[in-house]
Formats: sequence, structure tokens, C-alpha cells
Amino acid sequence: MEQSALLTYLILIPFAGSIILFAFKEKHAQLIRWFGLFVSGLAFILSLVIYFSFDAAKPGFQFTHKVLWIDSLNVSYHVGADGISVLLILLTTFITPLTLLSSWKSIQKKVKMFTIMMLFLEVGMLGVFMSLDIFLFYIFWEVMLIPMYFIIGIWGGEQRIYASVKFFIYTMFGSLLMLVAIIWLAVYASEVTGSFTTDLLELYKIGPTIARDTQNWMFLAFLLSFAIKVPLFPLHTWLPDAHVQAPTAGSVILAGVLLKMGTYGMLRFNLPLFPQSAMQYAPFISVLAVIGIIYGALVAMVQTDMKKLVAYSSVSHLGFVVLGIFALTEESIQGAVIQMVNHGLSTGALFLLVGIVYERTHRREISYYGGIAKLVPVYATAMMIASLSSIGLPGLNGFIGEFLILLGSFKSQSLDSWWFVIFGATGVIFAAVYLLWMYERVFFGKVTNPKLESELTDLNKRELLVLIPIFVLIVWIGIYPSTFLNLTEVSTQSILQHVSSFTINLLN
Amino acid sequence: MDLSFITESLYFVKPEIAASASIILLVLLDLIFHKNKTIIPYVALAGIIITGIFVVDQFNISGFAFLSTDNPKYGMIAVDNFGAFFKLIIIISSIFVVAFSAYSDEINKITDRLGEYYALIFGMILGMLVLISASDLILIYLSMELLSLSSYVLAGFTKLRDRSSEASLKYLLYGATSTGMMLFGISILYGLTGSTNLYIISAALQTQSLNLLTLAFSIILIFAGIGYKISSAPFHFWTPDVYEGAPISITAYLSVASKAAGFALLIRFIKTTFVTFVDDNGNWQLLQVFDWESLLIIISLLTMTLGNFTALWQRNLKRMLAYSSIAHAGYLMLGLLVFSNQGLIAILIYFTIYLFMNLGAFFIVMVIANKTGSEDIDDYDGLGFKSSFLGVSLAIFLVSLTGLPPTAGFIGKLYLFIALVDAKMLTVAIIALLNTVVSLYYYIRVLKHMFLTSPTEKTEKIPLNFGQIAVIIIMLIPILLFGVYFSPVVDLAKSYITILGF
Repeated sequence: MEQSALLTYLILIPFAGSIILFAFKEKHAQLIRWFGLFVSGLAFILSLVIYFSFDAAKPGFQFTHKVLWIDSLNVSYHVGADGISVLLILLTTFITPLTLLSSWKSIQKKVKMFTIMMLFLEVGMLGVFMSLDIFLFYIFWEVMLIPMYFIIGIWGGEQRIYASVKFFIYTMFGSLLMLVAIIWLAVYASEVTGSFTTDLLELYKIGPTIARDTQNWMFLAFLLSFAIKVPLFPLHTWLPDAHVQAPTAGSVILAGVLLKMGTYGMLRFNLPLFPQSAMQYAPFISVLAVIGIIYGALVAMVQTDMKKLVAYSSVSHLGFVVLGIFALTEESIQGAVIQMVNHGLSTGALFLLVGIVYERTHRREISYYGGIAKLVPVYATAMMIASLSSIGLPGLNGFIGEFLILLGSFKSQSLDSWWFVIFGATGVIFAAVYLLWMYERVFFGKVTNPKLESELTDLNKRELLVLIPIFVLIVWIGIYPSTFLNLTEVSTQSILQHVSSFTINLLN
Repeated sequence: MDLSFITESLYFVKPEIAASASIILLVLLDLIFHKNKTIIPYVALAGIIITGIFVVDQFNISGFAFLSTDNPKYGMIAVDNFGAFFKLIIIISSIFVVAFSAYSDEINKITDRLGEYYALIFGMILGMLVLISASDLILIYLSMELLSLSSYVLAGFTKLRDRSSEASLKYLLYGATSTGMMLFGISILYGLTGSTNLYIISAALQTQSLNLLTLAFSIILIFAGIGYKISSAPFHFWTPDVYEGAPISITAYLSVASKAAGFALLIRFIKTTFVTFVDDNGNWQLLQVFDWESLLIIISLLTMTLGNFTALWQRNLKRMLAYSSIAHAGYLMLGLLVFSNQGLIAILIYFTIYLFMNLGAFFIVMVIANKTGSEDIDDYDGLGFKSSFLGVSLAIFLVSLTGLPPTAGFIGKLYLFIALVDAKMLTVAIIALLNTVVSLYYYIRVLKHMFLTSPTEKTEKIPLNFGQIAVIIIMLIPILLFGVYFSPVVDLAKSYITILGF
């Protein structure tokens, strides 16, 4: 197989950057910020190179790089990317520099450690999206916990310690069960093929042959780990705490990329490794997803804290993604993948915008604000675009994802019921309610709080620089989604073919 | 009487001879240099290194020393690779303990008694070396007593502090009781089988029909003695008090070396006496006279659960590490209860890593206590920023103790879990993993105090000298290196699992 070190370089850039940063002096905060931005920008440029040299028409993984790592366990350093990975890698390298730029002013203490942690986090996230060895995947998956723990715990709000510990323990719990499943798979492989293996491509062949009841347990172990990360109802309780307490940059990364690792894991591991179980549990998981959509939206509606509102809207939006994945049709999975990106962009933008006013007033309660559209017109416009995108207004990105997911679920044989679509669609309506209602209370009418007139200032150039690229993509995906759908089409088809080749007789 | 068999035996016990010679030398030097004792640590270090050279010399050599008079096929001491590996662990941790003592304020305050201190440490070393290779119940008992007596005194070495004396007394009382029980068990086993040699006992168990109830009674009594040494539940109650009261250098030593010797004894006792053969897949076939598997599963899960849950409430770091080391004894037993070579390999890997991570954590706690005079977790507030090297290093050791990648602690756990899954013990594996989640809580609590809490006015910068930094770095390197490239440890462990007899 041809080897390409491009992806390895992509991991090495932020890794080397974070190591070099150790040598910087804490007092050169400005230099550290620029350096962090430079490194993450470099990674973004390289990922663009990867994107342009990626051949979307070819199935399978490209840019693979495989080096035997631990011979006694037959573990390799094996990375590669298909269309779905490339898209998520792009999302990661796109969001990271923006978050660094957004925290230019808001992070004042321990800038060096913050930048190191952000770059380290990028290493972990990129690694997760490109690992083709399940052991390597697990290491990247776990490595990310520590930087995120520190990002929430050091730079977060008042309840940051509680939130960070909760985040850590929740995720750790899930991933340890996944570890047992990984070991079990590798041991099973050694019984079947005679050699221990953790290579994903090998396991794709072995996984579907596992006896059904054992396969179900393995499926559930992986699912639990990913469902906690997503988070799928009822495992979502860590998310509002983590989101609300995290600094803006942390929330953006969390919403933008980290949560996607859960849904990515479902696509990359749960479906192809355990197709029969995936088919069996699809209705059950979709019920949870739909409950999540509605529950998240209803809880978002009654929030008095803007950041919490956006956090619960994440639960609702990710429910759509999970529904799309387990509907197991080409449209729905394509929609789910594009919705992962959409959610990263629109929720990321919402968190950034909430963070921007918080930086000025240090208040997040909706009731504190009122009528600020007059004071900060540009900000109000930006918030409008982000909200509409999150609601799923046709012409903006959210619509594409939700439409494809609902369309796919409607046709889905694995779900085989309209109810999922009907209940799922109410989520879209609720989203309009909670976001627009929040918008009305914060922006319209008379200025209710005289203090705001002195506190609030409109977006500055740096903040615009962070937001404009996101808005460009929001409109781009909304008007011309083919750029991105083409990227994932073949990869989606090959996952589905793999799944259906093992489950064709289950449907009849 | 023919002396040749003694001279032949001497060939196998060179490390033990070197250790004994060092004790005598240290006692003599203590008398000669009674004004200035700066030379003594160097002599001790030299003694350990020489002993270590003899241990390395024993690699890939196997044979019996001090042959039994009843059956000259077997001897009182079995020299094999398994023993050599554990002896090396003892030697390495002893070297670190000399380094610990050199930087310990507690020990440096009592320079006039340095001779005794190191002579007693050598008493422990000798006891452990013999214990690791003893294949005769009498020798097991004697070496265990030698080890215990030396450690009782060392635990109370800073005798002016109340908690140190308390530690020593508690240790003595528990130790006396449990070794007494062990001796009782030994006498019953001797009565049943007519021999004290493990190999001959094993043969007797295979051929004679014995009263299984009496046998089980004696085994449980013997296990009490061993369980006390490895601080497994329900024989662990001494551990926190002794670990807290003893000088930190001794606490660290007890938590690694003494535990290693206890484990070596337990493994050798079970493997030699109760395993009839090892099949091609490396699974051990146990004699159906005693249900070791159930006993060990219960003890192991109980040990780790009690250790972890009690550690949650500790505010004193030494005490917390004591409970954490109890929990680790539970994890280590997982490798034994699968009764396979795979499990044994996992134990050796785990011990190699545990040596560095546990000693590393204790060393940093000691360096901090030297300056602040306290091990209370509140005194760690903001320390990660005031003394970032210490903070980051302690964080790495604790993350490794938790078992998170990319540190070596993860690899240790990984192999244990592979062994468990291989043996189809998924339930045990899951309970053990849930325990890891519990342990995460108290380990990251330290990180929380160091990094997430702001420094108080009490927090001061801890000065470090070159030697201390070097010791920390020497322990950090394996933790980080083996976390990403662990083939060397695995290969080493694989080639050192042979226990004489099969």
C-alpha cells in the first residue's frame, strides 16, 4: 500500500508547536498567542492541501501511513482518511485557530499553558479522526481528556472544578468500557485468525462474524462510550455543566469538535464493526435520539442563562445527528455528517457570540439584557445569522443537514416508521421557538438596563475576523452543499454497503 | 560430613552473601566512624550495586541451593529467572531508597544513627532476596521474619515523632499476629504432608488423599501471612497508619520492594505447590485441592475496592498513596488469578512500571514535605504554578497511577486486562475498570489542588537541587517512554517468567 506521511505531519505540527511553547517565557504572552495562531494556521493550511489532493471518487482510505509499533501486540501506527475524516479534520483545523483568536483578550492568565493545552487538544482530536488502528484511536481518545480537564478547570467559570471533574469522570467511565471491548475484539481476532490484531481494516472483516449476543455486548460497550461523548439522552448531564463553566474557547472546541468524536465513533466503529447489532439497536437508539431532540429543545426553552440555552440546544442538535446515523440510509448519513459540521459552525458561532457579550458585561442571564439591537447593530446581525443557521432556515447550512436527515429517516428500512420523522421535525420547530424567543428578549424593544449603554460595545475587528469565516461557510453550505456532500458520498456508500452486506437478511 | 554441597550452593546465593557482608561492613563502619558518617550512604550504595551485579549475574541461571536431605532433587532455595527479575526490582528500588534517604530531611536529622539505618535496610534487602527464591516453608518463615523485624524498626526510626512510634508498634502487632498465623498454617501443612519443601509438598498433594478441609485451613492461615506483606484486604489495616507514620523513604520502600517480595512469594508458593503443569497456551493447570481462583478473585476485588474507596476521603497525601498502593495490590492480583503465563507477564510488566510511578510520586511528596513540613492536600494549592517542574512531574506520576495513556501505567493495566479477557473473566475486568474510575477521582483531586486552585499565601516555591531533579527525571523517563514504546518491558517480562519446576 502506498504510504503518505501527510496526515502524520498534520499531527506533528500542533504537537511540535506545543512542545516548542514550553520554551517560551510566560511574560511574552503576546508572542505566545501569535505563535499558537501561527501553528494552528499552519495545520489548517496543511489540511487544505490534504483536502485538495483527496480524491473523493475513490472508496477506501487515502493518505494511509502504517508503521509497526508494538510487535508483541501487533499494534501499528496506522492513520488514513476517507471523506468523512477529511471533512472532520478540516473542521478541527478550521475551528482551532479561530478559538485561539477568540480568546486573545478573554484569556489573560497562564496564556502559555492555555495555548499548549489547546494545541495538545488539537493533536488528540486530529488523531481520533484519522486513526485506523483501534488501539491508537483509544490513546488519542484518552489523551484529550487531560487538556480538556485543564481548560475547563483553570480558565472556567465559578463552578469550573465541579464541571471539569464531572466531565473527566463521565468520559473516563465510558471509555474504559470501550477499552474492555477493544481488548475483547483483539483477543477474539487472535482466536479467529491466529494473530492478535487491532487494525481497524482487519477488524472490519472479523467484527461481523462475532456471535450475535456477544456482538451486542461489544456494540453496547462502544456505544456507551460514544453516547456519553455525543451526548445522547440520558447521558447528557455532564454537558451543560461543562459548557457553561468552560471558557468560550473551550465551549467552542467542545461543541465544535469534541462532541463530533462521539458521532464519528458511531459511524467508524459501531456501524461497520457490529452491523447486525447496529441494525438491531437502531430503533432503540433512534428513540433516544428523538427524545434527546425534543428534551434538549424543551429544556433550552426554559433556560435563563444564554450559554446554558446554547448548551441544551447542542443536545437537541446532536440528537439529529444520531438519528441520521442509525437511520442507515445514504441521505441520512450524509446529512448526519454535514450536520456534524453545521453544528460545529453554528453552535460554535453562538458560543462565540455569547462569550463576546460576556467578556464585556460578565453577565449571561437573558433578563440582564434587553433591546440591545440598538446599541450593537452588527452584533445583533451576527447573532441573527447564527441563530437562523442553528434553527435550520433554508438557505443556511442547518437546513441542509436536518432536511437530509429527516428525508433519510423517512425512507429508512431500519427504523421503518414515520414517527421518528414526525417527532424529529418538531425539534426544528422548538429550535425556532427557543432561539427566536431568546433573540426577542435580548435584542428587541427598549433598552431595559441602563448599565448596558456604557458596558456594551459593538464587535471589533478581531471578533469580526473570527466570525466572518464561520458565516461564509454557513452560507456556503446552505447554498451549495455539494462541495461537502461530494466529499462524503463515496465514503458513506461504502460504509452502508458494508453494513447492508451483513444485514440484508435481517431486514426481511 | 561432605561440605561440597554447601560450597556448590554458595554459587547460587552470591547476592545474598553480598547483602550479608554489607550488613556486617555497615555495622563495623558505624563503630569506626562514629563522628562523621557521611561515608555510610556511599558504602550502602556500593553494597547494593555489588549485590545487584550478582543478581544480574544470575539471569538465565537456574538450579537449587541447599538441597533437601529427604529428596536431593530439590533444595531450599530455587534460583530462576522469575526470582532474578523480582530481585532486580528489589535492587532498583533499594538504589532509589538510598537516593530518597540522601534527600530526606527526616533521615538527615539523625545522622548519628545512619549506620543502623542502612544496616537495617540491608536486613530488609537480605530478607527479601531470600524470600523471593525460598522454596521451603521454614526458610520462607525465617526470611519473612528478617524482613519484618527490620521494617518494624525502620518504620519507627524517627522515634521522637509520635506517629512514627505508633506506626512501628502497629506494624509490629499486626505483623506478629499474621506471621504467627502463618507459622500455624505451616505447621499444619507439614503435619499433612510430612515436608516443608514446596516441591515435595506438591508431590504429596498430587499422590496422597488428604483432608481437604484441614488443607484449606492451613492454606488460608499461610495466606494471611502473605496477604499481610502485600497489604491485601482484609489484612491491610496496618498499611495506612504505618505508611503515614514511617519516614517517607521507608514508606516508599515498603510500598514497592516489600510488596514485590510478598508477591514473588505468593506466586512461587502457588505455582510450585499447586500447579501441576502448564499447557501450550500458557495456562496453568491447578490441583483440585483448593479453590485458589475464588479466593483470589474475592480478595483481589475486595482489596482494590476497599483501597480505592477509602482513598477517596484522605486528605493526607501519604495516606492517600498508602490506600492507592493497597488498590494496586488488588490490580496486581488480577494477573495471578487468571493462572496463566500471560497473567504472570502482566504482573512483571506492572511491577516494573509500578516501581517507577509509585516511587516517583512518593519522592515528590517527600521533597515537598521537606520544605512545607506537611503532606496535607491543602498545602498543594497552586503548587503546579509555583513549582511547575514538581507539579507537572507529580501530575504525570499520578496520571500513570490512574492508568491513562500515554503513560506507562496504562500499559501495565492494559496487559492485566488482556490477561483477564483472555481468560474470559469479563466481569472481573469490568469491576476492576470501574475501580479505575473511582481511583481517577482521588488522583485528579491532587491535580485539582495543584493546578486548578489558586496559590494561597502559604504556598511557597520549593527549591530543587540538581540531584533531586536528576532523580525525578530518571523516574519520569520510563513512565513516558514505556507509555508509547513498551516493547522492551514486554520482551523483558516474557523472558523472565520461568519458575523452577516445570
